[in-house]
Amino acid sequence: MNAVPISWFLTLSAVLFVLGVAGFVFRRNIITVFMSIELMLNAVNLSFVTFSYQLKKVDGHLFTFFVMVVAAAEAAVGLAIILTVFKNRSSLNIDDVDTMKD
Amino acid sequence: MDVILFLVFAILAVACAINVVVQTHPISSALSLVGVMCSLAVLYLLLGAEFIAAAQVIVYAGAIMVLFVFVIMLLNAGAEVRKGRSVMAQTLGAPLLVALLGLMAYFVQRLFPRGDSVRFGGFTGGSALDIGRALFTTYLLPFEVTSILILIAIIGAVVLARKELE
Repeated sequence: MNAVPISWFLTLSAVLFVLGVAGFVFRRNIITVFMSIELMLNAVNLSFVTFSYQLKKVDGHLFTFFVMVVAAAEAAVGLAIILTVFKNRSSLNIDDVDTMKD
Repeated sequence: MDVILFLVFAILAVACAINVVVQTHPISSALSLVGVMCSLAVLYLLLGAEFIAAAQVIVYAGAIMVLFVFVIMLLNAGAEVRKGRSVMAQTLGAPLLVALLGLMAYFVQRLFPRGDSVRFGGFTGGSALDIGRALFTTYLLPFEVTSILILIAIIGAVVLARKELE
């Protein structure tokens, strides 16, 4: 047995995605929540590359590339927003950011 | 050999991902996330995506995570304080996540039954040459739009993080 089934890669991707969702839902630190989003993006990237292998086409790699670019842009803007939130509220807990709830 | 390589790095990735979620201190989460990204880069190499593997290490593990660590240090973020969370989240959260995972794993197993398998070297179309050729022919317009997106992101980050003039 020298070959890895495609489904193992996809299952790994699903596991990483669910862990990202768990971090997104359960954690209270705004930076950790943001890192969970990155984890989910990585999980989806693994699916893209796996499908690219299965179809023997390079397109999936291109999608992964674009996801990386968007993730980089998102990280830059998101972390700037986190800086602003911290400056205004001096807290990193997302429970403290509830202005729209009232 | 491929199976051993996959299992080692898949287990490493899952262990690091669990660590990302479990650790209370953001800096520990960030370093675990670097571990996830590096093990994913090895899996990309196994799938024949050499350019993406390099980009993963350089862009994700290098640039983005440095930005995260930088912000964590800048804000002096300490360990997260545990507050009372809702009963709903406590009781339903974990079962729903397990259900989501089960559903996804079920569909993966149904859609991709045994037969398809990954062999190292089975796909060699992921070199920088092939990526570049596709990027500058088929995907030229998305590529150009991406550059505008990055420009907007730069301006947005500068505007958000600047000091207000009195």
